[in-house]
Amino acid sequence: MSRAGLKSSRAGLLVRYIVLVVLSVFFLLPFWIMIRNAFSDRAWITAAQWHWLPNQVNGRTLRSLFADDNLAMARTMVNSGIQSVGQTVLTVFVALLAGYAFARFNHRVARALLGLTLFTLMVPAAVTFVPSFVMTSQLGWIDSFRGLIIPTLFSAFATYLFRQHFLGFPQELEDAALIDGANQWTSFWRVVVPNSMGIIGAVGTITFIGAWNAFLWPLLVTREDTRTVQVTLSRFMTSQGVKYPELFAGALVATMPVVVVFLFLQRYLVKGVESSGID
Amino acid sequence: MSQLPASAQGASWWRTLRGFQGRNLWFAAFVAPFVLGLLVFVYIPIAWSAYLSFFDARNTINPTRFVGLQNYRYLLTDPLFQNSLLVFIAFAGFIVPLTYVCSLGLALLLNGLTWGQAFFRSAFFIPTACSYVIAAMIWRLSFFNGARFSLANQLVRGAGGDNVNWLGGTNYWYWLVLVSLRLWLQVGFYMILLIAGLNRIPTDTYEAAALDGATGWRTLRYITLPQLRASTVAVLMLLLIGAFQAFDEFYNLLGSISGYPPYARPPLVHLYLISLGGQQQDLGLGGAGTMIVTALIVFFGLTQNWLVTRADRRAG
Repeated sequence: MSRAGLKSSRAGLLVRYIVLVVLSVFFLLPFWIMIRNAFSDRAWITAAQWHWLPNQVNGRTLRSLFADDNLAMARTMVNSGIQSVGQTVLTVFVALLAGYAFARFNHRVARALLGLTLFTLMVPAAVTFVPSFVMTSQLGWIDSFRGLIIPTLFSAFATYLFRQHFLGFPQELEDAALIDGANQWTSFWRVVVPNSMGIIGAVGTITFIGAWNAFLWPLLVTREDTRTVQVTLSRFMTSQGVKYPELFAGALVATMPVVVVFLFLQRYLVKGVESSGID
Repeated sequence: MSQLPASAQGASWWRTLRGFQGRNLWFAAFVAPFVLGLLVFVYIPIAWSAYLSFFDARNTINPTRFVGLQNYRYLLTDPLFQNSLLVFIAFAGFIVPLTYVCSLGLALLLNGLTWGQAFFRSAFFIPTACSYVIAAMIWRLSFFNGARFSLANQLVRGAGGDNVNWLGGTNYWYWLVLVSLRLWLQVGFYMILLIAGLNRIPTDTYEAAALDGATGWRTLRYITLPQLRASTVAVLMLLLIGAFQAFDEFYNLLGSISGYPPYARPPLVHLYLISLGGQQQDLGLGGAGTMIVTALIVFFGLTQNWLVTRADRRAG
């Protein structure tokens, strides 16, 4: 299994590539099914004979999807966009500052606060959704972007990842800036942040994907005004008389932004995970 | 550095508080947004829900009727709640080891590949970008639909069987649906974590082992796995916490216009149904449920950690 072990046999390498190709087909299959369904008509999808190819490759389903006022697909996409971008920017900002402080300060207060942070890693927000919902409705934030974004943006995971990164960040760079007369704030923004774009990209990507795909919290706090695309699709799926083509066209449209972000920022994600050392 | 003794004469309390070169103030400025948020949106709500759990808090958050442990007693004797804990144990029992083994397998398959590594890595990783809602849609409507047109039933008929009602609860096939969905969606992420772990193992360790005649399984058993220990502990912990939070795919695979069926209810789904998702909001019950579930996840997390550490020491 090791590099040394497999170098020897060419047959072994061939088998390995065959396995990889077969597995990739399996992994990509669900995406293909989504595309097939989005570009087929209902009769084709629900036929007893399974079809691998679509039969209606045109924009008809997409047009009817966006024309459906009940669904408000365009509106719901905009809502999801506001929510995910807002949550990503704020989460990264807040966690970056805190992660930096936790890496550079090690007095009793800092250790106690870090302990509180690490505890919430084990008890994630989803587990405490009942009290968080109570809090949010007390604040009058139901069906508002504040209610959608703010309660979920204090991420212990992001803070922890940043802290791990900054523990390995050379402090000499900051000291040099401080000697040149910068204060902590300017040295942070001028020296530390520009040299940490990799991990910022990684945490940003993870946060964006998580926010765009979030379901439980939006299900609880959104109503007509701020409903996100995941909640809309879920309601559409369980409504009476499922419209298969439109439903999967909606899924395709909802998956696109996050797949694009993912493909462009994937290398940051991989690099960030590698350098932060989650272990 | 930050804890310079404040013994110098004339050092006022203010100077102590500020710290050397105002470092304490900088610390406060940097952590304040995060810590305040954590307090207001995590710790205070948990405390509030602990408070509510001792009251009859149906449709109110300012309850007056103290009921003691009644909410807890109700939940712990409720067969549906007990069943939800069993569902969690079964689900975690399937998904945690399976995801770990599969993600390790994928990481090893990709390890040291010279051609096409980036492509295959992306192919395994990209399901992470899909939401549980949309994955549930594909699994429920196209792969495992109970009707004749699903891919699974097509295969079953091809093998000479009859259509299977995969999610209907008349059999246990819904476990296959639930586990395969989560496995597909999350395995790539953990593969990346393990690839990072594999890359940290020094190559000369393998060379030394190869010189000693170690091959295949023995290398895996005596070199790779022990060196991966730290990543393994982290991955198992994240998987367990993830399994405990399961909500989205259960809700979207099994929920329908007529409600959620009584089987395959993990703790969070049950908590949602009894406290917020039903006709009335019972926040006392929801609070008690939150307390129990929080205690359990801490318990399971610590137990798993202990087991892994112990197994590791034995393998020593």
